[in-house]
Amino acid sequence: MATVDYPLERPREKVREFSFSETLYKWVATVDHKRLGLMYIVSALLFLVIAGIMATVIRLQLAVPNNHLVSPETFNRLFTMHGTTMVFLVGMPFVAGFANYLVPLMIGARDMAFPRLNAFGFWIFLFGGFLLYYSYLGGGGLSGAGSAPDVGWFAYAPLTESAFSHGSASDYWALGILVSGFGSIASAINVIATAFSLRCPGMTLSRMPMFVWVMVVDSWIILLALPPLSAAQIMLELDRQLGAHFFDTQAGGSAVFWQHLFWIFGHPEVYILIFPAFAILSEVIPIFSRKPLFGRPAMVGAVVAIGFISMGVWAHHMFAVGMTSWGNTFFAASSMLVGIPTGIKIFNWTATMYGGKLRFDTPLLFCCAFLFQFLTAGLTGIMLAVAPFDWQLHDSYFVVAHFHFTLVLGLVFGLFAGIYYWYPKAIGRMYNEKLGKWHFWLFTIGVNVTFIPQHFLGFLGMPRRIYTYSPGRGWELFNLISTLGLLFQIPAILIFVWNMVHSAIKGQPAGDDPWDAWTLEWSTTSPPPEYNYEKLPVVRSSRPLWDLKHPQDPDWKFE
Amino acid sequence: MLIQLWALLQVQVPGVPERRIQDIFKPMATPAEAEKNVALLTFAITGAIFIAVAGLLIYTIVRFRRNPRDTSNQEPPQIYGSNQIEAAWTVIPILIVFVLIGVSARVIAAVENAGPPPATLKVTLIGHQWWWEVYYPDYNVRTANEIHVPASPDGKTATYLTLESVDVIHSFWVPELAGKTDLIPNRQNFAWIDPREPGVYIGNCAEYCGTQHAKMYLRVIAQTPEDFNRWAAAQQQPQQIRGNMQQAKAVFESLACVNCHAVRGTSAAGSFGPDLTHLRTRQTLASGALVNDEQDLRNWINDPQDAKPGCLMPSMKLTNDELTQVVSYLQALN
Repeated sequence: MATVDYPLERPREKVREFSFSETLYKWVATVDHKRLGLMYIVSALLFLVIAGIMATVIRLQLAVPNNHLVSPETFNRLFTMHGTTMVFLVGMPFVAGFANYLVPLMIGARDMAFPRLNAFGFWIFLFGGFLLYYSYLGGGGLSGAGSAPDVGWFAYAPLTESAFSHGSASDYWALGILVSGFGSIASAINVIATAFSLRCPGMTLSRMPMFVWVMVVDSWIILLALPPLSAAQIMLELDRQLGAHFFDTQAGGSAVFWQHLFWIFGHPEVYILIFPAFAILSEVIPIFSRKPLFGRPAMVGAVVAIGFISMGVWAHHMFAVGMTSWGNTFFAASSMLVGIPTGIKIFNWTATMYGGKLRFDTPLLFCCAFLFQFLTAGLTGIMLAVAPFDWQLHDSYFVVAHFHFTLVLGLVFGLFAGIYYWYPKAIGRMYNEKLGKWHFWLFTIGVNVTFIPQHFLGFLGMPRRIYTYSPGRGWELFNLISTLGLLFQIPAILIFVWNMVHSAIKGQPAGDDPWDAWTLEWSTTSPPPEYNYEKLPVVRSSRPLWDLKHPQDPDWKFE
Repeated sequence: MLIQLWALLQVQVPGVPERRIQDIFKPMATPAEAEKNVALLTFAITGAIFIAVAGLLIYTIVRFRRNPRDTSNQEPPQIYGSNQIEAAWTVIPILIVFVLIGVSARVIAAVENAGPPPATLKVTLIGHQWWWEVYYPDYNVRTANEIHVPASPDGKTATYLTLESVDVIHSFWVPELAGKTDLIPNRQNFAWIDPREPGVYIGNCAEYCGTQHAKMYLRVIAQTPEDFNRWAAAQQQPQQIRGNMQQAKAVFESLACVNCHAVRGTSAAGSFGPDLTHLRTRQTLASGALVNDEQDLRNWINDPQDAKPGCLMPSMKLTNDELTQVVSYLQALN
C-alpha cells in the first residue's frame, strides 16, 4: 500500500532523558488519556496475574479428591478473591483502559472530555483494589477472626451479615468494590461525554467507529447497572455497622432482596465485561480480512438491543430461589432473547471474513478462536436460560464452565487480540509474531482442556465452590484433566509477558500504520504525541484512512 | 489409596443400592425426568446451531485465508452488507427462541404448578450450617442428613418437601431426583420428589453457605412403602436404654453435648445440632462426611475439627474414659 501523507507533517517529540523521579511524577500526575489508559491496562494485567495464581491453587486443590493442599477457609477466600478480582479489578479496568486509550484517538480528539475526572477514576479504582487486598492483613478486624473475604464474589446475604461473617472481611469486600465502582462510573460518564461532544469535524454518529459505538453503549450500561450494586453495598454496611436490617434475616430482613439488587447489577455486568471484546473484534476482523464490517447498522442495532435486554434478565440467576412459574417464564424468555442480537453479531463478523483475504496474524487468530468459543458459551447460555434445565445446572460446575467460556475463552481472547493489535501503536514497536503464535496456540489448548471437562462435572452433580470432594462420584478424571490444562496455560502467559516486555525494548520499530488500517488512530505517530493530532482530522466516512488510501474508490461515495 | 478410601465410604444398606454417581441424564423421578427431556430438546436445537455456525466459520476461515503467493496489494471486493441477509439471520433465531420459550414455559408450569398426588408424604427440610434437619410432621419424627422416603414406582405417590433454613441460604439438589430449590431463611420453598426405585440418592448442598459447604452431603433413602413404614414406626419410639448403658448415659448427660443435641425420652433436649435419638440407624455422621461406625464416631467426637475443619461442633476435650462411654452410649441409640 502506498504511503499516506496525512494529515500534515507531524513533529516528533524531542527526546530528552528524564530522571526516575521525573518519570514517576509524569505518570502519577498525568491527565493524558493514553497514559491513564495504559495504566488501567497494566494494572488490570497485574491483577490478572494475581487472580490467575489464585486459580492455579484452586485447580491444584481440586486435582485429586480429598486433597489437603489448602484448608477450607483458605480455599473459600481464594475463590472469593479470584472472582472479585477478575470481575472488578481485571474486567472493569480493561473496559476503562481500552476506552480511554482508543476513544479519543478514534474520534480525532485531543483527550477525554474530563481529563481530571479520568485521573480520579483510575486512582480511585486502583486504591479500591488495594483496599480489597489489604483485607489479607486487616480483615481480622477487632475480633481477630478471618482475613480476606470468604463469601463468594456475589456475597449472598445473609452469609455477609455480622452473625455469619465475623471480623471485617465483608466490610473490605463491600467498601473496596464500592470505591472502585465510583471509578467505573466516572470513566463511563467520561466516555459518553467524549464520544458525544468531541468528535472531529465530519464524524457523524453513523461514521463513528464501531469500537466507539460499543464502548458508548457499554458506558451507558455501566451508568445504569453500577448504582444498584453501590446501593446494596451501602445497605450491607448499614446492616453490619449501624444495625440496620435490610438483609438481616434474623430480624426480618430479606435474603432474596440482596439477590435482586446484586443481579440487577450482576447480569448487565457480564455484558459490560464482554463488550470490549465485541468492540475489539469489530475493528480487528475487518482489517485482517481487508473488508469493511459487514452490516454496520445492524451491528450498532444489535449492541444497543443487547444493552436494553441486558437490563431485564437478572433473575435468571435466581431460578432456584422459588419464584412463581410466571416469574421463571418471564426471565427464561428475556434471557433467550439476548441470543438473537448476539447471534446477529456472530453472523456479521463471519460475513465480514467471508470473501476477504484473511491474514492470520496473532490478532486475527485470537478473534477466530473467540468466535468458536463464544459461540459455545452462547449456546450453553441458552441451556442455562431454559429454566427447567437450569434447575439442574444452576450453581454446578456447568455454570463455572459456561462463564469461563464467556469471560476467559471469550473476553480474554478478545483482549489479547486487542492488545496485540494496538501494541505497535501504543509502544511504537512490533511484538514478536512467532511468540504471539506460540502464546495463542498454547493458551487456546490450555483453556479448552481446563474448561471443557467442567461442563461434564456439572452434569454429574458437582456443585461449585466446594474445597474438596470424596472419590467415587465420577468426578476424579474430569477434575484431573481440568487441572492439567494449566500445563499449557502457564507457559502461554509467561510467553505473553516476555513478548510484551522484550518487544517494548528490542522490537522492530512499528511505523505509524503497520496493519494498513482504516481508523484515525493509525494516522498519527506510534506512540501518539500527548496532543494526539496536531491538526484535527476531517472525515467523510466511517473509514477515513481507506478514503485517503483509495482516492479513486472512497467509502463516502457509498455511504 | 483412593480405592481404599472409596471402599471406606461405600456404606451399603442391605438391598438398597447406593447411587453415588448422580447423572442428570439418568433421572429417577418425575421432576428430573421432565428436566432431562427439556434438556435433550435444548441440546438438539443448540447442537444444530453449533454445527451450522461453526461449519460456516470453518469454511470461511479455510476458504478465504490469504494465499501466501498472492503478494499483490489488491484488496478484495468491498461488501458493506445486505438487508436481505440481515433479515434472514434475524428472523430465524427469533423463531428458534420462541420454540424454546414455549417449551420452557410448559415444563416450568408442569413442575411448579403440579398438585400433590393423593398419597403424599410431607417432610420439612431445614438447612443448618452445615447439616440438614429432617422433620416428618405427620409422624413427629426428627432426624438429620438422611431423608427416608417411600419409593414410587408408578409415580402415584410423592414426597413433598417444605424447605426452610435457620441461618444462611442452602440449596436442595439430588440430581437424579430433582433440580435445585433453595432453602432460604425467612421463607418457605417447596419441592417434590417421587423416586422410582429404592436406593440411596446422594446430593450436595448446592448454594455456597460458608466454610464447610463442601461437606454438606445429603442422602435421600428411598425404600419400599413397607420398609419405610417400619422405619418410621421405629423412629417414633423414644429412646429406651437398657440396663448396662445407664452409666454411659449418665456420662453423656453430664457433658455439654446435651446443650446442642437431643435424645428423645431423656433429659438431652438441645436443638442446635442434629437429633441423636436413633443415631445408630443412620448411615453417616457429620452430614455425610464420615461413616457411622465406632472408629469414625470416636474420631468425630474427639475432634470434629479434624474431619470437618470449621464446623460448629467444638472438640469437648473429653478424657479417654469419657470418650469411650459417650461412644458406647451413642452406639446404643438404635
